[in-house]
Amino acid sequence: MEVVKIESVTRTYMVGKVETHALRGVTLSIEPGEFTALVGPSGSGKTTLLQLIGCLDQPTSGHVLLNGQDVSRLNRNQRADMRRSTIGFVFQFFALIPTLTAYENIELPLLLVSKPPAERRERVQKLLDSVGLADRADHRPDQLSGGEQQRVAVARALASGPSLILADEPTANLDTANGEQVMATMTRLNKETGVTFVFATHDPRVVKFARRVITLQDGLVVNHNAQAKKG
Amino acid sequence: MIQTLRLALRNIGRNKRRSIFSSLAMGLALALLLLMASVIKGEYGDAIDLAIRLQSGHLQVRAATYDESKTSLQWKDLIENPDQIANQLASLGPVAVATPRLYASGFVTTRNESAGVRVVGVDPLSEANAPYRDGIREGQFLTPDDREGLLLGWSLARRLGLSAGDQVSLSVNTSDGSVDQQEFTIRGVYSTGTSGFDNLVVLLPLAKAQAITGAENRSSAIFVLLKDTSQTDAVIAALQAPGLQVLTWRDLNVLLVETEQLASSYMVFFYLIVLGIAATVIVNTQIMSVYERTREIGILSAIGMHARSLMAIFLAESGLLAIGGIVLGLAIGGAVVAYFTRYGLPLNVENFGITGMLLREHIYTQLTVQDTLRLTLMTLIVTLLAGLYPAVLAARMEPVAALRAEK
Repeated sequence: MEVVKIESVTRTYMVGKVETHALRGVTLSIEPGEFTALVGPSGSGKTTLLQLIGCLDQPTSGHVLLNGQDVSRLNRNQRADMRRSTIGFVFQFFALIPTLTAYENIELPLLLVSKPPAERRERVQKLLDSVGLADRADHRPDQLSGGEQQRVAVARALASGPSLILADEPTANLDTANGEQVMATMTRLNKETGVTFVFATHDPRVVKFARRVITLQDGLVVNHNAQAKKG
Repeated sequence: MIQTLRLALRNIGRNKRRSIFSSLAMGLALALLLLMASVIKGEYGDAIDLAIRLQSGHLQVRAATYDESKTSLQWKDLIENPDQIANQLASLGPVAVATPRLYASGFVTTRNESAGVRVVGVDPLSEANAPYRDGIREGQFLTPDDREGLLLGWSLARRLGLSAGDQVSLSVNTSDGSVDQQEFTIRGVYSTGTSGFDNLVVLLPLAKAQAITGAENRSSAIFVLLKDTSQTDAVIAALQAPGLQVLTWRDLNVLLVETEQLASSYMVFFYLIVLGIAATVIVNTQIMSVYERTREIGILSAIGMHARSLMAIFLAESGLLAIGGIVLGLAIGGAVVAYFTRYGLPLNVENFGITGMLLREHIYTQLTVQDTLRLTLMTLIVTLLAGLYPAVLAARMEPVAALRAEK
């Protein structure tokens, strides 16, 4: 079964009195374990599509199915539950809670699902190791580099064991070296865990990591070819 | 819950100065309320205590026809054989003191001035006279067989330029409706610390007061102090006799009791206004905090935090600010109240314009545990209510809009 299935989805916003069509009827599906890039110019609808898949927003029409469940008309709390159990997010900005340490930021989703303390400790430690930040566990975000913060964000996205990670321009605020390191980490975790990754980007250096590229333009999918991928 | 508090604690620690000032605002409000409550309690507590010890006693036995407003001296309105009744009363367990008193109106005249006074005939040996005996500032207290001496209050003596040993003329209404006048020597000048009382009351030995008013062996009332006020009803039951009435201190100080109840009621509104003003600081702080942390709210929503959990974090922050305020308020308020409990709050009673209420020249604040708990709880509730709006604001934020916010 597809992790993500999107059927004729539209999303229309009102900007003042003007209707803006962010998505005009998108249909696509994403299989488990994919490492997929959403590409397209600014305003093409990449972020809107990620927000709909991530249950942060609801479509104007059409259906969004996650693991076979239609999430298009869930209420606010049901969507929060779905995000908590199924989806991890990595944002363009380093979306960590500034008052919490790296360890505590990663632990946060586990607290929301009431994991026992011992299980939490083990899980967080493992994730810190997997993103190479075991020695930075007690550092707060302002004591970490941008690349380290983004790797903490990746670890946090994986914490509750989601089936889908959504990343919106995850390397946009990073230099090339750190960007490459974050993408390499995500690629490795995709392979190791089998979790599906979908990320929006317009950076060709990032696109090269994707095994499948979906191209959006003016709110429509214009190409969703798989590409031969290295590593 | 613990995690919510941990997050809340760290959040209010982000901007320490702002949090301290917010808590301080609530703390100062609570301190002000504690001071106000303790002043009210001290003022009325003292006034009631003075009224009981100086004027009404815990109980008074009077003739059923006695009209206090007229200070009647007609024999039909007086108690016959008051000593016998007083002795009977004194034998009752809960009664500390029972003594006859005679009340009359009159005026004191010197060469240059005169002043209207309330003449009170007292048994000089009775322990009920302790407030006057202990308050002698000049001369000495009365003796039972003194036929030419009286005691004057300190304020009245000052006003008339008199001191112990001076002569005054006292005119008194009598039982037959006429006025009798005699020269007296001021044996002593007493002070109860209550200008209003000391300015008005002249004390005579009971026998002399009975003689000059023509009341003979009669008194206006039996003044009763109890050891245990919880036994008031039992004593009243034991006192029932035809032709007599028994009045409690509440009956005899109706105005004071009602004023205290009224003051306690309207002060609640005043307390709420003070707390409401201080709470705007909390609202302002928390609204600023919500807008500063909009993107964080989006992140927390994105990882699956429910609106009610977001609300709980902001409410917990308000609660922690309230606790900080309460600690500061109890410390500041406690210190100020302790100072005024010891040294008193100066009160210019002579210019205060309160009639029918005995006030000392200082208010000694009284802070009760009940008032402290009540006001602390009120501060906590008002602060939490103030924090409700920012908390709802945070909880209602759409994740997408929140994530778009500028940092």
